[in-house]
Amino acid sequence: MIDWQPLLLTFRLSLLTTLLLLVIGIPIAYGLAYGRFRWKPVAEAILGLPLVLPPSVLGFYLLVLLSPTGPLGRLLDSALDVRLVFSFGGLVLASVIYSLPFMVQPIQSGFQALPLSLREAAYTLGQSPWQTAIRVLLPNIKASLLTGAVLTFAHTIGEFGLVLMIGGNIPGETKVASIAIYDEVESLNYPAAHAYSLVLLVVSFGILLAVYWVNGRVGSRPGKPPTTPGIGNGP
Amino acid sequence: MFDVHVIKKLALPTGETRLDVRFTVEEGNFVVLSGKSGAGKTTLLKILAGLVKPEAGTIRVGEETWLDTRRGVWVASQQRNVGLVFQDYALFPHLTVRQNLAFGLPGKPHPAPVDDMLRRTGLETLQHRYPATLSGGQQQRVALARTLVRGSKLLLLDEPFSALDAETKGALREELVRAHRTFGLTTVLVSHEPAEYRLADYAIELDAGRVVRQGKAAVPFQTPPGPDAPSGAESPVFGEVLGIAPGAVGFEVRVRVAERVVALLATAEVVRMLQPGDQVQVSTRDFSPLIRKV
Repeated sequence: MIDWQPLLLTFRLSLLTTLLLLVIGIPIAYGLAYGRFRWKPVAEAILGLPLVLPPSVLGFYLLVLLSPTGPLGRLLDSALDVRLVFSFGGLVLASVIYSLPFMVQPIQSGFQALPLSLREAAYTLGQSPWQTAIRVLLPNIKASLLTGAVLTFAHTIGEFGLVLMIGGNIPGETKVASIAIYDEVESLNYPAAHAYSLVLLVVSFGILLAVYWVNGRVGSRPGKPPTTPGIGNGP
Repeated sequence: MFDVHVIKKLALPTGETRLDVRFTVEEGNFVVLSGKSGAGKTTLLKILAGLVKPEAGTIRVGEETWLDTRRGVWVASQQRNVGLVFQDYALFPHLTVRQNLAFGLPGKPHPAPVDDMLRRTGLETLQHRYPATLSGGQQQRVALARTLVRGSKLLLLDEPFSALDAETKGALREELVRAHRTFGLTTVLVSHEPAEYRLADYAIELDAGRVVRQGKAAVPFQTPPGPDAPSGAESPVFGEVLGIAPGAVGFEVRVRVAERVVALLATAEVVRMLQPGDQVQVSTRDFSPLIRKV
């Protein structure tokens, strides 16, 4: 019988990361989609970094930054008595940074695919930009929101290098499923590695299947805008 | 009075130019705005709607001032209560016809005005349908109804019928004219079509941001401007009566304006005062031509 703790920890981490990123990602995506500011390419490049950077590089910098002797870590330690390295909190922070582009980019292209006239119509009908976002824009990019959430969730499940760097391998705290698999293989316990791997495989497939299923149904609903990117044609 | 003077930089593929438009019309007038694409028509409409801020200018509607750059006045689109009808209809795809109409009403959705507007526009049977299931003409009627239900007094339309077939176009044009009269609207219509110039009390033609011609009535637009006509000047149209004949409704008066012969419909009352050879001034009011002996 396998230890379920790493799997539960993985799903807790993924769920928390996804929820936090929905809250953080929507305003960022809105700003990037519609904002006109000089440093936009710089902002986009920084936000996109986790897509191309080796996770170990990101993990290394976060480790340096957040360690009790590091600049931010020392401040957090002395001011709030919070220590983020080798803790679940640190994993959440690292995952949020690591998966940011997976949430932001689908939502950003969803916003950009909506015709400008929809926003303008809402403004002339007396709606503020905030009301317009809630009442018009978000309901019309449901597929993009779903894509962003699922990519984030799946991406967090698959984290390895980053988690190992910043969290280590502490059972119940930072030992997520991907680390547990590595651990079991190292100690030649193949049946346990098989079990963890199979669970992740089935869950990942199930999530993707559900997304395609739902997106297919959203796509055939009459109220759907013509050009919202779904998971298949997103970035 | 609806008094507009706006200046705004325009970025065109051919380079940068300046939109500079000034006109004053009576409230309740029907203004037709024409010109080649890229002339600045849509930008002007968006400035009137409060969606684009010009560099300089003033917009006054009745007692209200929406824009006065010298005094730093700028009223946001949300506070102007203008109706804007788009070429692509801009209906909210996730809402039904009924929900689209109720969308812009403040506070809790009150069914009475929506019911009333659905009935007036003949959209009752379609009220629970989504926009994607409607024809272009039906969608445009919904878009018009959505602005009218808010009681806007200024209606702006950006080539609203350009994507429709001729028959639908004609029917919608009539509905627009009816709405314009019934609700006492001041209407600004961006149009490429001569058939729509005829609706105008006042017409403006733009080219690359500049006013080429403007003036009361659409008639000046049926004749090329004379070489000495100052650009942008209002010019009343004078002509000579060539003949009068009874028509199917009223009388047909043929008038020579510059090099053209224009046929106008007139009532018996007007015709009684006219005879061939008379010099007349022609203008339009409420979509019917007005002939006055001079």
